[in-house]
Order: sequence, then C-alpha cells, then structure tokens
Amino acid sequence: MGVFKKNGSQTVWFENPPVIISTASVVGPQEGEGPLGKTFDKVFYDTYCDEETWEKAEQRLMLEAMKKALQKANLQEKDIDFMLAGDLLNQIVSANFTASALSIPFLGLYGACSTMYEGMALGAMLIDGGFAARVLVGASSHYSTAERQFRFPTELGVQRPMTAQWTVTGAGAVVLAEKGSGPVITHATIGRVIDMGQADPQDMGAVMAPAAADTIVRHLQDTGRAYDYYDLIYTGDLGTYGKKLADHLLRQQGYDISDRFTDCGILIYSGAQDVHAGGSGCGCSAVVTCGYLIEKLKDGSYKRLLGIGTGSLHSPCSVQQGSTIPGIGHALVIEAR
Amino acid sequence: MAFFWAFVIGGALCVIGQLLMDLTSYKFTSAHVLVTFVTAGAIISAFGLYQPLVKLAGAGATVPLTGFGHLLAQGALNGVKENGILGAFSGGVTAAAAGITAAVVFGYLAALAFKPRG
Repeated sequence: MGVFKKNGSQTVWFENPPVIISTASVVGPQEGEGPLGKTFDKVFYDTYCDEETWEKAEQRLMLEAMKKALQKANLQEKDIDFMLAGDLLNQIVSANFTASALSIPFLGLYGACSTMYEGMALGAMLIDGGFAARVLVGASSHYSTAERQFRFPTELGVQRPMTAQWTVTGAGAVVLAEKGSGPVITHATIGRVIDMGQADPQDMGAVMAPAAADTIVRHLQDTGRAYDYYDLIYTGDLGTYGKKLADHLLRQQGYDISDRFTDCGILIYSGAQDVHAGGSGCGCSAVVTCGYLIEKLKDGSYKRLLGIGTGSLHSPCSVQQGSTIPGIGHALVIEAR
Repeated sequence: MAFFWAFVIGGALCVIGQLLMDLTSYKFTSAHVLVTFVTAGAIISAFGLYQPLVKLAGAGATVPLTGFGHLLAQGALNGVKENGILGAFSGGVTAAAAGITAAVVFGYLAALAFKPRG
C-alpha cells in the first residue's frame, strides 16, 4: 500500500480539510498589555493567575483556554475524541495536570515551542484519517516557570542579552472538527530536526531559524506552490534576530519572502515593553494563532496562511553539558473558508 | 577622604564584576563573579597586596567579595602560625566566622518571613 496523502518528502495534505471550529487564548499581564491584547479571550492581571505557584498558574491558563474553546464551540468534554497538548515543563506537567481535570482521552506532546503546531498537524491527521471527529489541541508556557527551568532562578537577577526572548505567559486551545464552519487546515509539513551547532540558550532564534527556513523551502517544493500563494507566512517564535537569520537563509536558497514574512514573537510585544528580541515559548505561537491570526482570517484580511511552529529541542542538562541545540519547525496551511 | 576611597575602590571592584558580565553577553553570570572574586581576593591577599587596599579604602575593600577571599587567606596564614599545618584548614573559616554566621542567621530570618517561589 502506498502513501496516499503525502506530497514530496515531508508534506501531508488533507482530503477533507479539518475545520478549526473554535479557538481560545488566555494570557498573562504583559501579553494583555501588548499590541495584540484585545485579541485574547482572557487576560490575567497577575502572573500567579489566582493560584499559589507559577506552575499552577500555567495549568490554570491551559485549563481555562481548553474550557473556553469547548464553550465557544458549544461542546462538552464527552464530545471530544482526543486531546493533544504539551508545554515546556519537565514531563509536560502543565498538559498532564490539565488533562487530569478533563476526562478526554489524552496524548501528551513535546515539541518545545512548536508543540501547538505539532498538535494541530497530528489532530488534523487523526480527523482526516478517520480516527476522530473532534480533537482538542492546546499548548501553554509561563515566563517564570520556563525561566526557572531552562535558565536561572528569577531571584538571581541574571541580566539578559539582547538576543534573549521573553517566554510568553499564556495558553492557546483549538477545537478541530471533521465538519463545521471556520478556517481549515489543508496541508501540514512535518519538520526535520536541524542542529547547526548553536549552543547558547539565550539565543533561541538562531537555533530555530535554520529549521524554520528548511521547512518553508520543503513546503514550497513539496506543494509546488510559489510563496505568494500565501497572504502571510509566519514563524512561531524566532524573534527579531532569528527572523532576520531565516530571511537570510531563505534568500541564499533563492526564496525572498520578506514582503509577507512575520513572526508571532515579534507581533506579540511592542518595542516599549523591553522584552529584547521578542516573545517565545509554546504559548507564543499558540495565543497569536488562536487570537490574532484566526481573527484576521475570519474578518477577511487574510485568506491563506502558512504558519511554522518553531521549537528549540534542548534540556537544561544538555545545555549545562555543553551540547549544541537542535531546532525544529512544523508548517501548517490554514485557509479561510 | 576615607569615604572617597571607600567609594572609589568599592565601586571599581563592582565595575570589574559588571564588565565581566557585560562583555561576555551575560554568559559570565553573577555566580561566576562570586567564585572569581573570592578566589582572586585570596590569591592577591596571599601575595600581601590586598592589605594595603584595605588600609586605603576600609569597607570599600572588605565588603566586596574579594574582601571575603582576603579574610580567608589571612585567616589561613594566621592559623598556620598558631596551629601548624592544620590551621591552614581551620584558620580561614575561623576568621570568616562572623560573616558566615551572619549570612546563615539573616538568611534564615528572611526565609521565615518570605516564601521564595522563583
């Protein structure tokens, strides 16, 4: 039996494109004050989100986003076939604990900051493959939990270089369905893991840019499309420096997409917020997609999006031992219907 | 004049620490500065070069981390004079006992009052 729904080396296409019937985004104070503040469903004005610890706050963000997405689609937990979710914390506790509060069959994912896109790609495959009618996908991150785990305790007050990005405090959730109204996912390009020898955890943009550029080129080659088929091509969290690097790498391979290329990490904060190179984390691409970008598809500003969820696949231990950091990028084509 | 030199020397030591972090894009962290300064203070002190700085700047030289290294080195040297080679091991901490105990006591008190969560 051959591979029926795959084009080229890395791209799958959906026969009956799964529909994004609802999305929800819940964020922390800094994201709420940013330029996209109005596009989020809920903003907490305290990073503890009425909980005792930041870890519990992150779970609260994810649970609220999941419930909000269900509520917006008028669905209950029993209507969902599978829940796919992940986050940045050890053993993906935010997703696991959230799943324990929802009684939905659960598959935990770890794709670092690309998790939302990995989840949506898999969710779309489950639906178009005939294994599910509705899938709930979510991802979360929190500045303070990520900072403590991946870099330094926040009390230590270690200064951040200009290449450092600010982990988004927020969670996004999506309900994908076999049918319904809303934007659809038509293709997914699964990324390859690429390690260009970068080892600095304070410069994640440089880790992920080569993977993002590779996935964009693969996608265009696999589908035979010109880049201007899309109204907007965006990456998850490359930040200002990473985006420049991706632009450069794409040009080297003969693709100049700069007139319609942006990054969720650049969109989510304004320059005045002093976040240095922009936003990052699972929550970054998740809340920008679930809030701003879906809104833009629905109001007709954009018709076809190519989004690349980018992830930096290191652990605190691998960095401490001096290993270089591999990156990944998963692309999805989201079209207005 | 005592205040002036305390400010200049103490400030200069801190500038060195800050530059070590700034010029390495913060790959050199405050923890690295701590270890480097204590070690450097002890080595400079062993060559007899730190005591003149203390004479000139007082607290400007004793309060920064290099001053702690100086205290450990001098304590170890005195320990050897009084107790022989075993004093090299006990002298340093004996000399620094007040500072270490103060750190433990005030650290404990602060931990009782606040709940560290970062």
